[in-house]
Amino acid sequence: MLPPLETLKSELEARVPGLTLTVEGTTLVIPREKLLDVCRWLKDAEPLACDYLADLTAVDYPPDPAGGAGRLDVVYHLYSMSKKHGPVTLKVPLPRANPVVASVTPIWRGAEFQEREAYDLFGVRFEGHPDLRRILLWDEFEGHPMRKDYVVEDQNVLG
Amino acid sequence: MISTPQTVETQLLEVNLGPQHPSTHGVFRMQVTLDGETIVKLKPVMGYLHRNHEQIGEGITYVASFPFTDRLDYFCAMSNNLGLALAIEQLGGIQVSERGEYLRVIMAELTRVLNHTAVTGFLLNDMGAFGTPLLYAFREREKILDLFEAASGSRMMCNYIRPGGVREDVPEGWLARARQLVDGYPQFLDEFETLLTKNEILRQRTQGVGVLSKALAINASVTGPLLRASGVDYDLRKVDGYSFYPRFKFRVPLGTVGDVYDRYYVRILEIRESLAILQQALKDIPGGPAISPKGLALVKAPRTFRPPKGEAYGRIEAPKGELGFYLVSDGTPQPYRYHIRAPSFVNLTILEDLCLGHKVADVIVILGSIDIVMGEVDR
Repeated sequence: MLPPLETLKSELEARVPGLTLTVEGTTLVIPREKLLDVCRWLKDAEPLACDYLADLTAVDYPPDPAGGAGRLDVVYHLYSMSKKHGPVTLKVPLPRANPVVASVTPIWRGAEFQEREAYDLFGVRFEGHPDLRRILLWDEFEGHPMRKDYVVEDQNVLG
Repeated sequence: MISTPQTVETQLLEVNLGPQHPSTHGVFRMQVTLDGETIVKLKPVMGYLHRNHEQIGEGITYVASFPFTDRLDYFCAMSNNLGLALAIEQLGGIQVSERGEYLRVIMAELTRVLNHTAVTGFLLNDMGAFGTPLLYAFREREKILDLFEAASGSRMMCNYIRPGGVREDVPEGWLARARQLVDGYPQFLDEFETLLTKNEILRQRTQGVGVLSKALAINASVTGPLLRASGVDYDLRKVDGYSFYPRFKFRVPLGTVGDVYDRYYVRILEIRESLAILQQALKDIPGGPAISPKGLALVKAPRTFRPPKGEAYGRIEAPKGELGFYLVSDGTPQPYRYHIRAPSFVNLTILEDLCLGHKVADVIVILGSIDIVMGEVDR
């Protein structure tokens, strides 16, 4: 069984030096510099053994008119196949202008295509990814269509 | 016998397999580098069917996405509906009616039977047994599609399962027809197996081909029959126990080697387990409404459904693996974020690893054993 979120939070903060987490609903929000350390610990720590990265995606929050800066979240859903528990949900907020985060592909191969998809549709750049190219759209495509401020050329024209 | 001199020069050859090729299962392309007949490099190219399904889903109500999910994995429309329904129920705290839940299990398991049967037929097609095994499989698939048509009005684009239950109850006599089909299915399966399981040609073409190790399977997020053929006991019907699955007795078949043959055989065994679930579900199904009051209200007036701010990740064991729906709500009738974790898309990650060192003809068989549908890969 997974420990409660608060226990997991304090455990993580004790294990990874210099880490401060915030809890947002059911997710742990991690500063981007610490992502790899946290992921390695979650994968290797015996009682957790999150060996399975189920889902990786991004969520875009554009700056609001009230003056909020906006952010681009990368969301990870981790499970354990050996312990059969989960999920541990992680969120890494990134600045929209320069969304760069470390790639988790070296830890979980399953991230390879999913990170390429997030790069393709959201423009998140994953540092250390072995082959970061567009995956669904063609290479010459400009822009990242899943961003909330993406302007569709003409809604009435197909193709 | 002509002896080859030791200094013979060879050149690598780049070939595109697909996108227009019947054995690529839709518009899928593999950029292959060959040394003679041997694969030294393989890069999958996809996106020909991309329609930004996720963006469409963010512009419409939650319920309006159901017909679109039919087009993801167009072989298993019912499972796709179920996945989205689970995520919405999680988000909005909707209860499911007892009869509705039973009907959902029945539909999902019929879909699994249908998918695994058809995939086995396609796999044989890829091996060069043109037509016959596929038509045997399609003959049985047709019977299940008839049941789907009677229940939902459509053979493949069912659009049937809703949050809280199913869209409408099955017509009179449907359950008896389903029972008849389930009772008769093992006979077909036995016949199918007599032709295939111990077939010398099938064994030679599949045993030891495309071996996927347990460690790589877990690390690469591979799910579904592909994962279980590699010997990892991970079936979401058991692990998550969603819907009414904990009520039914069934086993999770596992492979030992993780080659194409194991994948074929795990699928055959999974059909038998699904039939066992169907037997129990069709026996125990209670009367009552097919959809809960809250679900019905949602379906009748989709714009009134405004789930509280938050997020949900609903996942099911679809026939191809873990199908996940990630929804983020901002309190409006449309989802703020609507993401699909498609099993075939993630399972393709290890295609190159499986194919390296094999011959061109094996690539086709390995791809067939992964079981992809491009509607789901490209979204």
